[in-house]
Amino acid sequence: MDLATFLIQCLNAVQYGLLLFLVASGLTLIFGIMGVINLAHGSFYMIGAYMAYALAPAVEQHLGGGFFATLAVGVALSVALGYLLEWLFFSYLYEREHLQQVLMTYGLILVFEELRSLIVGNDVHGVAMPEWLSGTVPLGEVMTYPVYRLFISAVCVAVALAMWLVLARTRLGMRIRAGATNREMVRAMGVDIRLLYRIVFAIGVALAALAGMIAAPVSSVYPNMGGQVLIICFVVVVIGGIGSIKGALVAALLVGFVDTFGKVLFPSLAGLSVYLLMAAMLLWKPEGLFRAG
Amino acid sequence: MNTKLAPVALAFVAFGLFPLAGGAYEIDLATKIMILAIFALSLELLVGQTGLVCFGHAAFFGIGAYTVTLLTPMSGPVSLWLALPASVGAAALYALPVGALSLRTKGVYFIMITLAFAQMAYFVFHDTPLGGGSDGIYLDFRPDPAIGGWQPFDLSEGHTLYYAVLASLVLVFGLLAVMLRSRFGRALAGIRVNEQRMRAAGFPTYGYKLAAFVLSAALAGLAGFLYALKDGYVNPELLSWHHSGAVLLMIILGGLGHLRGAMLGALAFTLLQEAFQSQALVGDFAQHWQLPLGLTIIAFVALMPKGLIGLALRRGRQ
Amino acid sequence: MKIRYCMATLASAALLAAAPAQAQGNKLKVGFMLPYTGTYAALGIAIENGFRLYVDEQGGKLGGREIEYVKVDDESDPSKATDNVNKLIKRDEVDVLVGTVHSGVAIAMARAARQSNTLMINPNGGAGAITGALCAPNVFRSSFSNWQPAYAMGEVAAKRGHKTAMTITWKYAAGEESVNGFREAFEKNGGKVIKDLTVPFPNVEFQALLTEIAAAKPDAVYTFFAGGGAVKFVKDYAAAGLKDAVPLYGAGFLTDGTLDAQGDAAQGLLTTLHYADGLNTPRDNAFRLAYAKTFKLQPDVYAVQGYDAAQMLAVGLKAVNGDVSKKAEIAAAIRSATIDSPRGKFTVSKAHNPVQDIYLRKVVGKENKVEGIAIKALADPARGCKM
Repeated sequence: MDLATFLIQCLNAVQYGLLLFLVASGLTLIFGIMGVINLAHGSFYMIGAYMAYALAPAVEQHLGGGFFATLAVGVALSVALGYLLEWLFFSYLYEREHLQQVLMTYGLILVFEELRSLIVGNDVHGVAMPEWLSGTVPLGEVMTYPVYRLFISAVCVAVALAMWLVLARTRLGMRIRAGATNREMVRAMGVDIRLLYRIVFAIGVALAALAGMIAAPVSSVYPNMGGQVLIICFVVVVIGGIGSIKGALVAALLVGFVDTFGKVLFPSLAGLSVYLLMAAMLLWKPEGLFRAG
Repeated sequence: MNTKLAPVALAFVAFGLFPLAGGAYEIDLATKIMILAIFALSLELLVGQTGLVCFGHAAFFGIGAYTVTLLTPMSGPVSLWLALPASVGAAALYALPVGALSLRTKGVYFIMITLAFAQMAYFVFHDTPLGGGSDGIYLDFRPDPAIGGWQPFDLSEGHTLYYAVLASLVLVFGLLAVMLRSRFGRALAGIRVNEQRMRAAGFPTYGYKLAAFVLSAALAGLAGFLYALKDGYVNPELLSWHHSGAVLLMIILGGLGHLRGAMLGALAFTLLQEAFQSQALVGDFAQHWQLPLGLTIIAFVALMPKGLIGLALRRGRQ
Repeated sequence: MKIRYCMATLASAALLAAAPAQAQGNKLKVGFMLPYTGTYAALGIAIENGFRLYVDEQGGKLGGREIEYVKVDDESDPSKATDNVNKLIKRDEVDVLVGTVHSGVAIAMARAARQSNTLMINPNGGAGAITGALCAPNVFRSSFSNWQPAYAMGEVAAKRGHKTAMTITWKYAAGEESVNGFREAFEKNGGKVIKDLTVPFPNVEFQALLTEIAAAKPDAVYTFFAGGGAVKFVKDYAAAGLKDAVPLYGAGFLTDGTLDAQGDAAQGLLTTLHYADGLNTPRDNAFRLAYAKTFKLQPDVYAVQGYDAAQMLAVGLKAVNGDVSKKAEIAAAIRSATIDSPRGKFTVSKAHNPVQDIYLRKVVGKENKVEGIAIKALADPARGCKM
């Protein structure tokens, strides 16, 4: 591998890692702050992608169209969905064991997949990207790099920054952090913890859906896309340390690198590489890279 | 006979008599349910009794299934007395390092690291030619139980396999029931409730947990062994996380903390899936069988947090 | 209470026992084992539609017998395949099995069919073993073997003057069979495959391997992907700027049923398959019109495979007047028949795989336009078949 190829591979790794971070950040937020294991997180990613496809015509008709208008509508809808789901299903689960959460969210996966099949069907669909983002940047002799992928990375970085700002600098963030460390204390201080949780959950769902919508133009939308992303997100969250946004970012990049270079250097072991990484990391740091906070 | 065991004994008797009434398909289904019940029991030992949530149990099941299949030559059967210990042993052998390493972590991290090890095993079978790759391999001859020249039974005949599976289930249930009443079982329960206190009381808790992990994996290997015999086809998907998740669902559905719950869960989960997929019952909506299954699971968590067994116990008290 | 819960157990067992005791009229039971959920659900539905279309055209009867359908969702999960096929064989006691899409599941099905001596027609799964090592007198295929389109493409690529090629596919059996078929023909005709790249199944992150291709700069790339993975690969390949630099060739599944989603990225791609758009034969036109009318959908290769599965069954049943127990006569009839398929006429090999023309197609707009015939009457080598 010459230097140029190596650098391009590093770019691939960072780009993939950032996208993973965007999906996993919502998971780690819900996981770390509310203590809920949410298997349905992949479904929210899937729902986002399908919204990018299915909402576009309606948005076109009523709002004059545009990728970003669709994005905004999608995010608003997914926040509402998250709020509703928390109220309907998850609010029961906080005092229950992790395993019941696993059971319920597994049920939700089945329901979401079938609803997708009933409403949108089982075909593979493409999603158009905005014209001004569809160009490419030349890299090396024959290779080019799509501007849209750089855009995805930029959005991921922006989300990471925004999350850090909200959590570290705002009153809401302070309450969320306090709620993660000591639920009873926050309640004693008079904060409506239920509302807080509902907001956190809605944000988590919106983050996953946003990731799905943004990834849709490059990945296309297809049945089962949520299941594929779910396990890898759990890997990211666990390596990073449950509930840690910073951890999720570092872990996502790490997974991006291991996956990218694993495929190139050890093709026959490529499937294993990410899991080897996870096992090794957990043996080194049994609680993940960073503690929550 | 005490009241706890009576229903279980009755259920075993019912399964014993079932081949007299059932058709070929129903007997197949009952065989599958019993194998899954063994699998669920093995996980119940870890999750319900010891409080260790393993999310990679399918790996041990799959290793058991692959071992007997790989040991069987193309030309004829392998000896049962070689294949059975080898399958169970292989699962236990893989569990030893996996358990030793995983048990250093706790809670969600334990869940995920067991998943990681299971995924590794999955990719070994999926991506290497060892077990026929993604298409899987076949077992053309069920193992031969002959000892010397004496042939006590023939697994490929009639209902022999059915009864062998039933006998295994009864044995596994009996073994676990006795074990949980022993000092070892009580120590596991103690660890589940409060590990620190157990350690303070002088129990080498790590050793106990590891022993439970390996034993549980060995029993899962037995279930996998029987599964390979039943279908004669093993595939990497047997080791996938979906399969680990399904067995976890069974024991939660049945009710954690009870051996009976694990078996009941295996039965209920299989029958539910069967019913929702059946065109005879739901017509063309059978295509969307995952929808009612998902809704049932959700309703179930909301209304019956203690599982089916919890429902039965509550009724019993009234 | 304990008693009650035991009774419940017994009752459910009894219920199961009673389930299959339905009236067995003179209808012929066809069991569809196809994916109705998951990644391949759309393919399963197209196959079923195609099959039903032919039967309806015959007035709902084949070989003088009315047809009754039973369906099982195979979920494309090989670990459940044997249980699922047993539902059809043992519970529903079907006369004919039709299925399935996923190769691994199809193999498990073929084995179960062989053991129970049930007539089976496989309308997609291209695993070589089904009409190779596992071939059986009662097992037929109306589609293709993974080897067929791949071999044809190997010859086309070599004849177009390419000397070196790389291959890229998922690391699973169907991908490997396809890549091997390509290599066989490509190297026989003077080319050289310099490297095989694989992605863990069903991972769709291709960027790292595209960079490898760009660095190695082979004359051509051959690929085998389907469904969502195919769409993403074609788009990524184009976005990486490779489409114009290194020509991409694929087995037809790369662009079948997914062109809408692939958009511009797919324009001009060459693929090989046993079906194409724009064949413009009276047979194909009639089929397409009827399909579009009945289902309000455009037919695709999967629908054709389903349709032809019904045609093959019809030929067999006609020879025995609907008596499915005469397996040998059915097989003889199908083997000596010429199936008048929308794809063009084909015959059935000794190993029961279609001997068919493989078309070279080019993506134009939203169609896989036929460019010509890559290889005429190509027969699968049926390696390992002892029949």
